Amino acid sequence: MSDVTEKSTLDERPAVQTAPAKSTSGLRMDIRLTILIGVLVALCVVGYALNPAFLGETNISIMLRLAAAIGVVSVGMTFVIISGGIDLSVGSMVALSSVWMTTLATQEYGPWVMVLCALLVGLGAGLINGVLIAYGKVVPFIATLAMYASARGLAERLSERQTQVVREQGFSDFFRGDLIGIPVLIWMLAVVFAVGWVLLNRTTFGRRTFAIGGNAEAARLAGINVKLHTAMVYGLAGLLCGVAAIMVVARTTSGASTNGMFYELDAIAAVVIGGTLLSGGRGTLIGTLIGVLIFTVVNSIFTQNNLETDIQNIAKGVIIVGAVLLQTLTSRRAKT
Amino acid sequence: MSEPTDEVLLTMSGIVKTFPGVRALDGVDLEVRAGEVHCLLGQNGAGKSTLIKVLSGAHQPDEGHIIWRGRPTTLNSPVAALRIGIATMYQELDLVDGLSVAENIFLGHEPATFGFSNRRAARNQTRELMRRLGHPEIPPGREVALLSAAGQQLVSMARALAHDARLIIMDEPTAALAADEVDNLFRVVEDLTNDGVAVVYISHRLEEIRRIGDRVTVLKDGRTVATNLPADTPTGDLVNLMSGRMVETVFPLREVSTVDEGNEVLRVEGLSRKGEFENVSFSVHAGEIVGLAGLVGAGRSEVLETVYGARKSDAGSVWVNGKRMRPGSVTSAVAAGVGLAPEERKSQGLLLDQSVANNVTLASLPEYSTFGFTDRSKELKDSRATLERLDMRPADPRRLVRTFSGGNQQKAVVARWLVRDCKVLLLDEPTRGVDVGARAELYRLIHELAAAGVAVVLVSSEVPEVLGLSDRVLVMREGRLLTEAAAKDLTEASILDMVMEGSEVVV
Repeated sequence: MSDVTEKSTLDERPAVQTAPAKSTSGLRMDIRLTILIGVLVALCVVGYALNPAFLGETNISIMLRLAAAIGVVSVGMTFVIISGGIDLSVGSMVALSSVWMTTLATQEYGPWVMVLCALLVGLGAGLINGVLIAYGKVVPFIATLAMYASARGLAERLSERQTQVVREQGFSDFFRGDLIGIPVLIWMLAVVFAVGWVLLNRTTFGRRTFAIGGNAEAARLAGINVKLHTAMVYGLAGLLCGVAAIMVVARTTSGASTNGMFYELDAIAAVVIGGTLLSGGRGTLIGTLIGVLIFTVVNSIFTQNNLETDIQNIAKGVIIVGAVLLQTLTSRRAKT
Repeated sequence: MSEPTDEVLLTMSGIVKTFPGVRALDGVDLEVRAGEVHCLLGQNGAGKSTLIKVLSGAHQPDEGHIIWRGRPTTLNSPVAALRIGIATMYQELDLVDGLSVAENIFLGHEPATFGFSNRRAARNQTRELMRRLGHPEIPPGREVALLSAAGQQLVSMARALAHDARLIIMDEPTAALAADEVDNLFRVVEDLTNDGVAVVYISHRLEEIRRIGDRVTVLKDGRTVATNLPADTPTGDLVNLMSGRMVETVFPLREVSTVDEGNEVLRVEGLSRKGEFENVSFSVHAGEIVGLAGLVGAGRSEVLETVYGARKSDAGSVWVNGKRMRPGSVTSAVAAGVGLAPEERKSQGLLLDQSVANNVTLASLPEYSTFGFTDRSKELKDSRATLERLDMRPADPRRLVRTFSGGNQQKAVVARWLVRDCKVLLLDEPTRGVDVGARAELYRLIHELAAAGVAVVLVSSEVPEVLGLSDRVLVMREGRLLTEAAAKDLTEASILDMVMEGSEVVV
């Protein structure tokens, strides 16, 4: 019914109407982004007011390094959610990759084999998710829930629940170091975001991801190999978990089966706050980045001022609900 | 056959219902007596479904009166209709699969004591209802999903009876049933009418109407053209009443036939899919428009989707330009130059929340990219050119598809195949939900494509449309190809006659 009304109003428009430069969704996205950035800035101001050291170079560097791993995981999660899926196993894949790359056997081969190991383990686990979902027709929630449990289980078994310290000095030297005055971890986050943005917005891979999430049936009937693409999207998410594992291992100089705890929840929260639709087909990586930063800033404010973590969690919950309400409100306004 | 009484149960007079741009009902009169089976006949778009929706309370009429058992009545909602005793059995059964028979029957009005549902009472009443329907063997605790189509229909009917319905609307109740199940259904209908319950029965199958109907009302163009006809009115008379619809759109004349007889582009040989259609063979030449006529459920869309590879054939083959297509592979069909504008434009065709350009290039992404990077300027340029060619307004490729009217959305689907020079275009109900103006443009476009050498296969439930556009018409009924004939040798009435009776007409 509403479609019909919409149609009739459109038809009354003059035929030579000049097209608006921006699509309505672009505008709506912009409003939401502006609000998100406003929230981020406001939080920084609060942090600064409570403690001027908040905006000091040291604290910013600490914050960004803490945000790096979860940021990389959130990039993968953004792809998965835009494609209409969900990945609950990212934290466990980070744990498994971090343990596998730090076993004594792996460390013997030197830093680059450790890196390669993390990437392959992440990619492999992600592809298992993807194949189960795309070809085995297991719903994403269940397939990745199974991976969530078993990947961490395997990590515990491999490490015998011990923290595995990095003995390979070359690894620590490089990944804990700086590059042109900026920590390598922050570079990695920046590169992953930049590459992710190009992949999502400028390539056929990204276009297909949006198409599948927007309408999988229409994508299939347009000749897109939906199954293969779905498997690849989960593979990408897994690969990025491998990257995140390298970053976590570098920061803590150890691999442990407890790494990446609750990453799945933080990543999903960041993606949703960033304005990506949980039902798929619409979303931005910029939004995800801001979502990650908002959480990082909140964390930092709480730890700097020695506030209880329980209040911190309440604040997180309020932010998630607030962001989603904002999303429904802005989209409702745009429809009327 | 039951003996209808003279008690008038329901009188509808002068019912008008308009939707923006469409006058779906334009003065319908209907009188239903207690204990009769009253049949509604009419072509697609004649207004049958809208009338049912008015009667079941889903739509409110703009004008007209409804008198129910002697009292003027308004039906504000389906619940209100149910409360006074009008129940509807929809074509798509509206049962909850995971619940039991009893739970479905009493959904929303569970027998309860102090808020606790009284499961035993529900079960006993269910057993009672099933006995009344002649099927005591269906256990009240059985999960509905485990029942056959006929069993589910009985549950649906029991639900109507549980509401003490005096009038039951049945919309194509036999569509999903096997022959013996149909007999069962008719026996139940007879029992019901003997108890004084009235049935409004909608079916395209004239032989069914003959068997159980008492009186017939014929709708055309949203109006009652004949009412209270006896059920044994000759087929010819009924078909004549239904046909000759006012066609608001003038079909563009094709001065010259563009059919290139020597150039067979699409050949379908013995295509079958179990339970959907059997042994379908036809061919389409370059520049030819072939129409597939038939009732909804005759298997036309299924044939089209199987030719396209969206469904996998059980037997038979599809050839495009002499090359055999891999069954069940859309990718190979698209690569060979086949395009499909699917039946459900919104759910199967479009990315509603994305730009027109994204939708237009969806099937040609490799052509619009270098090393995987999309060429956005070429994409926008080509999309804009195509939109202008299709006279889409506004011709802005960056606008979201959702913001366009139905006709323009359909054009966006067709544009997807125009940017890649397709050889075979399969159009499934291309004008459904499209306003009159855009229809004419789509017709013109289809002719233009044929003139450019595209082989077009058109499925439409509107018989005048198939006749007006096609060079050749294939008539389908119940999964089989009945007849193939040049469009000029057929009339609306002869096609209707075939799809409804299944009689082979010598042309």
